[in-house]
Amino acid sequence: MSTITDKENFSTTLIDSLLSLHHSNDKDARSVAQEELKKWGLPTAKSEEYKFTPITRILAKNFSAEELLVEPSASKIKIEDTLLSEFPENVVVFSNGRFDESQSSLKSMKGLTIIPLKQAIEQKSEVIEAHFKSFPRSKDPFGLLNAACWQDGLFVHVEKNIAVSSPLVVINQHDAGTAKVSSHSRLLVLIEQGADFSVIEKTVTTGNQPVFHSLNEEIKVLANASFKYYKIQNDPGDLIQVSNTTIYQENSSRTDTYTFSLDGKLIRNNLSILIDGEGCESHFFGLYLTKGETLVDNHTVVDHMKPNSFSNELYKGLMDEKSKGVFNGKIYVRPHAQKTNAFQSNRNILLSDTATINTKPQLEIWADDVKCSHGCTTGQLDEEALFYLQSRGIPKSTAKAMLLYAFAGEVLEAIKDERLREYIDGMISERLHKNF
Amino acid sequence: MLKIKNLHARVEEKQILNGINLEVKPGEVHAIMGPNGSGKSTLASVLAGREDFEVTEGTIEFLGKNLLEMEPEDRAREGVFLAFQYPVEIPGVSTVNFMKTALNKIREYRGQDTLDAVSFLTLMKEKIKLVEIDQALLNRSLNEGFSGGEKKRNEIFQMAMLEPKLAILDETDSGLDIDALRIVANGVNKLKTKDNATIVVTHYQRLLEYIVPDYVHVLYKGRIVKSGSKELALELEEKGYDWIKSEVEVA
Repeated sequence: MSTITDKENFSTTLIDSLLSLHHSNDKDARSVAQEELKKWGLPTAKSEEYKFTPITRILAKNFSAEELLVEPSASKIKIEDTLLSEFPENVVVFSNGRFDESQSSLKSMKGLTIIPLKQAIEQKSEVIEAHFKSFPRSKDPFGLLNAACWQDGLFVHVEKNIAVSSPLVVINQHDAGTAKVSSHSRLLVLIEQGADFSVIEKTVTTGNQPVFHSLNEEIKVLANASFKYYKIQNDPGDLIQVSNTTIYQENSSRTDTYTFSLDGKLIRNNLSILIDGEGCESHFFGLYLTKGETLVDNHTVVDHMKPNSFSNELYKGLMDEKSKGVFNGKIYVRPHAQKTNAFQSNRNILLSDTATINTKPQLEIWADDVKCSHGCTTGQLDEEALFYLQSRGIPKSTAKAMLLYAFAGEVLEAIKDERLREYIDGMISERLHKNF
Repeated sequence: MLKIKNLHARVEEKQILNGINLEVKPGEVHAIMGPNGSGKSTLASVLAGREDFEVTEGTIEFLGKNLLEMEPEDRAREGVFLAFQYPVEIPGVSTVNFMKTALNKIREYRGQDTLDAVSFLTLMKEKIKLVEIDQALLNRSLNEGFSGGEKKRNEIFQMAMLEPKLAILDETDSGLDIDALRIVANGVNKLKTKDNATIVVTHYQRLLEYIVPDYVHVLYKGRIVKSGSKELALELEEKGYDWIKSEVEVA
């Protein structure tokens, strides 16, 4: 019984402490979020959306409510990641949740603005007001928590018909070598008509203390614009991360998202794509390779609000040891969104008897002239295929690596940027002990 | 080369092989025939090391070594090759990459240098001609979406690449039209030398018109009940398997 009381206390104390925070910027939005959070609270074991992901319990075990809201101390760790040498043009680093100017490098370019969010709120209030005031915000409790207490963030504005060839790299670095870290960051991206932009986002965590990172991302892709989004999560140690990423698309725009989750303690990705335009395309891919006691939970939503758009989703998972995977894929097709094509596929392989996956496709279709399909499979490694490879002289361990790599390869091949594909390939190959 | 003595095997609780005795020498072609369910494919699988089958009695000696103690990959490296009745489709693994890995693992095992990309491709081109397989097919995912004939041709291509000492063709003729059958059989014949041996497992005599056996064995209820020359196959084709069955029942 004591644990239940602890959890209730945790949630109440957290919300109380939240209300006592006094941020000088973004005041209205913060107080709205606070009120909402007060109403709903943090998820409990009974919350449908967090049924398989006991995040409040895990947070309460690792943090006090106050620790979750306190500004972490600055970090002096220098990031060494080949991602930075591969894509040096536009790099933004947040260290323990704070914009780290010394490690960031931004090349100025006509029609492209990349500035800290606090600065943008002061200098670009009109653009932000016009595009993000009525942005459909996340109702997720951690999305609300982030909206109420975010510490720092980034604002990106890509003006009309500007094609930015090199992707923006955003590193969320956490230094948990000496103390617990809790950080709350935000990303606002506005891609105007006909523009083209990509973001690669990665968390880099060092140290063994627990880390909590909440991330709210609001991305607006206007007519005929194109946006690519890559998320890389591969953090050893105790990282608990909740992302709420909402992408809003207008007419004939296109988005491609890729989510790679390889390590961490608990990862929850809420990815929502709101297709509020005709002739749009949305492709989203996910690959989660889990081991140890890692839990990776991908909740995706595609909301077809207008006719004649296309969405395609492929998420694949390999769960080993005692790890857990959760996939929930919602597809909404609204009554007037006729001629929608929406496809979803989730494929999983369990590599041990103690690994689990909970997968749930959720289609709600109100229009009658649509093509929608979904499929989810969960299985084990194909013994027949393994034997076939072995019977040609390939050792079992290599044969296994070949099959797993081929399984992951389908998502890897979808990455069009060659440098990035090689970078992620390297990470996946290492994980799967590729030796052929 | 191969000595099978009193081999008994079962899958789960079902006894399938009930005392097989067979000796194969270099340069020989043996045909194993028999009605459905007689244990032909089981014998092929046990030789290749499929885990589903449990050997309960008997021995298999291959080139003086105990085959039953070896993992499937080691059997392949020692020179055993099974052409599958139902070749497996493996999405995401191309035949080319698969063969390069397999060949180099086998070469490593035999203490030979691994092949670089250029010498591998040269070798591959040479073997492609032998089995008349389209090179474009080999760059695709292994067997994925292949026709029945393409799959079987791919098996023979792999055999040509790996140059086994003992090739076991498990119902290689099933699902093949006459042209494909001829191409596959030609491939097998071209690969024949005085040092290697072939076991052809088949239900019908048809394939044996192209791959001419030195010996024909009839398998029934998990035992070899009759052995003879290639004429035995013709006799079976003419009379069917019933006379063998009744002969066995009488005995």
